[in-house]
Amino acid sequence: MKLDVILRIGVKLVLPFVLLFGLYVHFHGDYGPGGGFQAGVIAAAVVILYGLIFGIEAAKRLAPPALLERMVPLGVLVYIATGLPAMFLGNRFLDYGVYAEAGSGNRTLGILMVETGVLITVFASMTVIFYALTERGR
Amino acid sequence: MVTLIAATLLTLLAVITVTIIFQRSLLGVVILSGMYSFLMATLLVVLDAVDVAMTEASVGAGISTVVLLATLHLTRTREYAQPRTALLPVFVSGVVGAAIIYGTLGLPPFGIADSPIHRHVAPRYLERSEIETHVPNVVTAILADYRGYDTLGEVTVIFTGAMGVLVLLKRRRRNGSDKQDARS
Repeated sequence: MKLDVILRIGVKLVLPFVLLFGLYVHFHGDYGPGGGFQAGVIAAAVVILYGLIFGIEAAKRLAPPALLERMVPLGVLVYIATGLPAMFLGNRFLDYGVYAEAGSGNRTLGILMVETGVLITVFASMTVIFYALTERGR
Repeated sequence: MVTLIAATLLTLLAVITVTIIFQRSLLGVVILSGMYSFLMATLLVVLDAVDVAMTEASVGAGISTVVLLATLHLTRTREYAQPRTALLPVFVSGVVGAAIIYGTLGLPPFGIADSPIHRHVAPRYLERSEIETHVPNVVTAILADYRGYDTLGEVTVIFTGAMGVLVLLKRRRRNGSDKQDARS
């Protein structure tokens, strides 16, 4: 890719901070705006921007498609798995009260785990769709 | 001040919409709709819907634009010439637009506090969510805790969407045959 030097160096400088912002949006979703969905999209944007500037092959080394395709259902499973312990302990599905009783102090652990499931599925879905569209064109 | 900003943003949105209608190049349409999404996100920030604004900026302006650009890469980027007569399309959009405007007349006035959606469960969420879930952001509390089932459904929808795109678009390599590679 013979692109402008400014673009390549600029993207290299910006990407770590975008990724950091994505993680911030995810873990700070309880307090500020954002959550798993927005964080997943921002993380996907990191891979997509990297792919746009340095080529799809470089992006695929960064985030292998085979791994991403497994992450799409994994996120849904993480979400469901978060709800299951409550069911086995006699509560309702997705009742985060069990995490409060198990010693983590409050219910936010359950919320964070559910949001992580959302993050995984959204990130992988967006990136996989981008790959599918770009490799079709060649 | 808020009214002034909102009025400016809404005017710009209208200008962009009209520009999109007269735009023949699909590349221009994609770029203009990205601008539309960014303006929409700004408007949502003005209206204090920060979570929605963040989603609009990242999905509407970011991912959608990239996906549409990638789609243009697969198809032609010029719109076909207009049909000879535009009477039927004008009639259809006129009727649909009139129906939508007629529908909005039945809505409660904008921003009024005692409209039905603000009297049902919303006050309870606002009062009790921090005590019950220990999450200061009410949006997160509703999405991930009170409405956990709905969010599970949404994640399943995203999963289904990704699977649909993969089934339709992904190139599979069959074992022992490089036919697809030879063609590409």
